[in-house]
Amino acid sequence: MSSSDSPPPSLYAAREPVFPRRVRGSFRTLKWWIMAITLGIYYITPWIRWDRGPDLPDQAVLVDLASRRFFFFWVEIWPHEFYFVAGLLIMAGLGLFLFTSALGRVWCGYACPQTVWTDLFILVERWIEGDRNARVRLWRQGWSLRKVRLRLTKWTTWLVIAVLTGGAWVFYFTDAPTLARDLVNFSAHPVAYGTIGVLTATTFLFGGFAREQICIYACPWPRIQAAMMDEDTLTIGYRDWRGEPRGKHRKAEGAENLGDCIDCNACVNVCPMGIDIRDGQQLACITCGLCIDACDEVMDRVGKPRGLIGYMALSDEERERAGKPPVSPWKHVFRPRTVLYTTLWAAVGAALVVALFIRSDIDMSVSPIRNPTYVTLSDGAIRNTYDVRLRNMQGEAREFTLSTTGAPSVSLSLQGEEGLSVRVPADEQLNQRVYITAPAGSAAAEAARTELRIWAGVEGASDRIYADTVFNGSGQ
Amino acid sequence: MADQKKTTSGGRAPQDRNAPTTGHVWDGIEEYNNPLPRWWLWTFYLTIIWAVGYMILYPAWPLVNSATQGILGYDTREEIQQEIARFEAANETWFQRLNETPLTEIAADEELQDFAVNAGGSIFSAQCSQCHGSGAAGLQASGYPNLLDDDWLWGGTIEDIHQTVRYGIRNEEYDQARNSQMPAFGDILSEGEIDAVVHHVRNISGQEHDADLAAEGAEVYAAQCAACHGAEGGGNQSLGAPTLNDAIWLYGGDVETIRETVTNSRFGVMPGFADRLRDAEIRAVAAYVHQLGGGE
Repeated sequence: MSSSDSPPPSLYAAREPVFPRRVRGSFRTLKWWIMAITLGIYYITPWIRWDRGPDLPDQAVLVDLASRRFFFFWVEIWPHEFYFVAGLLIMAGLGLFLFTSALGRVWCGYACPQTVWTDLFILVERWIEGDRNARVRLWRQGWSLRKVRLRLTKWTTWLVIAVLTGGAWVFYFTDAPTLARDLVNFSAHPVAYGTIGVLTATTFLFGGFAREQICIYACPWPRIQAAMMDEDTLTIGYRDWRGEPRGKHRKAEGAENLGDCIDCNACVNVCPMGIDIRDGQQLACITCGLCIDACDEVMDRVGKPRGLIGYMALSDEERERAGKPPVSPWKHVFRPRTVLYTTLWAAVGAALVVALFIRSDIDMSVSPIRNPTYVTLSDGAIRNTYDVRLRNMQGEAREFTLSTTGAPSVSLSLQGEEGLSVRVPADEQLNQRVYITAPAGSAAAEAARTELRIWAGVEGASDRIYADTVFNGSGQ
Repeated sequence: MADQKKTTSGGRAPQDRNAPTTGHVWDGIEEYNNPLPRWWLWTFYLTIIWAVGYMILYPAWPLVNSATQGILGYDTREEIQQEIARFEAANETWFQRLNETPLTEIAADEELQDFAVNAGGSIFSAQCSQCHGSGAAGLQASGYPNLLDDDWLWGGTIEDIHQTVRYGIRNEEYDQARNSQMPAFGDILSEGEIDAVVHHVRNISGQEHDADLAAEGAEVYAAQCAACHGAEGGGNQSLGAPTLNDAIWLYGGDVETIRETVTNSRFGVMPGFADRLRDAEIRAVAAYVHQLGGGE
């Protein structure tokens, strides 16, 4: 079974530290911009104010779990409108399908919080401890006063970023200025501190220490993405037909047989995942593009054309090996699959926008009470009871007036109300018990079932709403 | 070091012939060595340590009749008791308010009414629904009154209902229980007279009847029944004598059932709740029943 002459290899391996070198180039610039924009959105959003009147919170983006409301600028989502959230999730899913089939792990490489925060932490690390070589040296040497000082400075800075990250999160769930004051006074709810604590710990550990281990071992998304890529997906690759055989010594004998790769390891040194892209496509690659920048810089210096490492599709490989010009990236991106994803994405989005504009700010639902199905009154009349739920999705209290159509003889009355109107407070829903009575001998009293429509109108509003239900009579 | 060849599972392309293997060979198939990260192993050990700590601190091992208790003394049952106590303490101020508010003024206090109806509803489910049904519609076959309609045997004001719930009807526990008894007319009247009365009652309640028998029964009714049920059959709430000239029947309004009622009489008993529920709870039940749709 197992070979007996060599000791069995260890089943576990220590993490090999990665010291990404600084790099300049178009992809690096793009990543700086994305980092600034995404972090900016994350930190600033909860502080944007939005006037909704006296009874509603004036925070532009707020997940109000206590009142079960979601506020997004002019949009207010109630729990019964959860389909908006479901629709957005479907759009997010389709968007990821689209981007992954077109551009591979573009989410991982540019926009994933793990990538963005790790990038930020590496930036801090470089500012404090120096670039790659200095960091490797520091890592190798024993503990000295200088090393302690640098490490403590770095960890403290990371910790501050981590606290701010966790701290920003909680502001999405309650009024940000109030919570900020309470947090500083140590009078905020323990849940706020607990959430900040957990998110601080995860940010500090994941961004500072776990880094690429999260992507390789913890995250399921890369494994799913692999199933969505095909031979037209643009992804980062090394043109080995151009680069190999690689060699450093350009003046040595036989150097004319070498390929374009000068084996300088620039692509490896800048990689935040610690991999060698020249080994081919591999599961640890998050396609962040930094090796492209590094290699292009070297190619410029040695006077070779750029693109030894670059975005390409799997189907290009054969063409390029045969010396044919590569297919335009646009042709890879626009293909039936991506067009289908885009169409679906746009259709769901359009449906949501339409739903947003046609929805009414009053709403009702009716549930008939079926225990018992009807009550006989002393004069022989038949009475049914209904729970009518009225929703007033506006910032002021409004009077709802109920009426019925479908059974002309029946009369309506409201539990606890004199007339047929009930006042629903601002931005609330109200449960109103409603009695509908059919006089003895009337058609509705004697039939088994009569279809009925209950209407609700709001004074001053033109739109009336209704809900269909059934009146149960004594007939069999 | 990062510039060395990686050996963790992150870096090795499968077509690399020199990739290290575990040394395991089955029928010529070799297994690549993709070592797990060591920190992963440590988290595994950590979970084991966690489990041991958990077993020491919390109830864990089942024994024959019990289980190990753990040194923290944690007990889910106790936790529930504390939760219940917390809610009861929170309810106490409301029950207090319920006790201090006159019955007829509860409905005007929206918050208090809301509490009373909810508390009363849950007490009703536990104490009353066995006979009156979870929807309070009663059960005609057994003579359990429907509490949703507008007909009341002993009165439908909240005070009447409170009194009924508190002491019950025709029970032996409470002297204050509502009490009355209808004679069994099988011993007093002949079968023919009973038949006639039955048709008279069918007549005054607007049902199909034999007019000759009903006319004959009217005389018997005036002599025997009108004292309690009223000359017109309007009933008498102070005696718990049901209204006979309406559409609501405690036991049933068909000929057979009315004959059975007249012949053998009825004796519906309801227990009193004065010693089973606190007064505030009884008031809550009264408020709940009163707002079911028939309260006067």
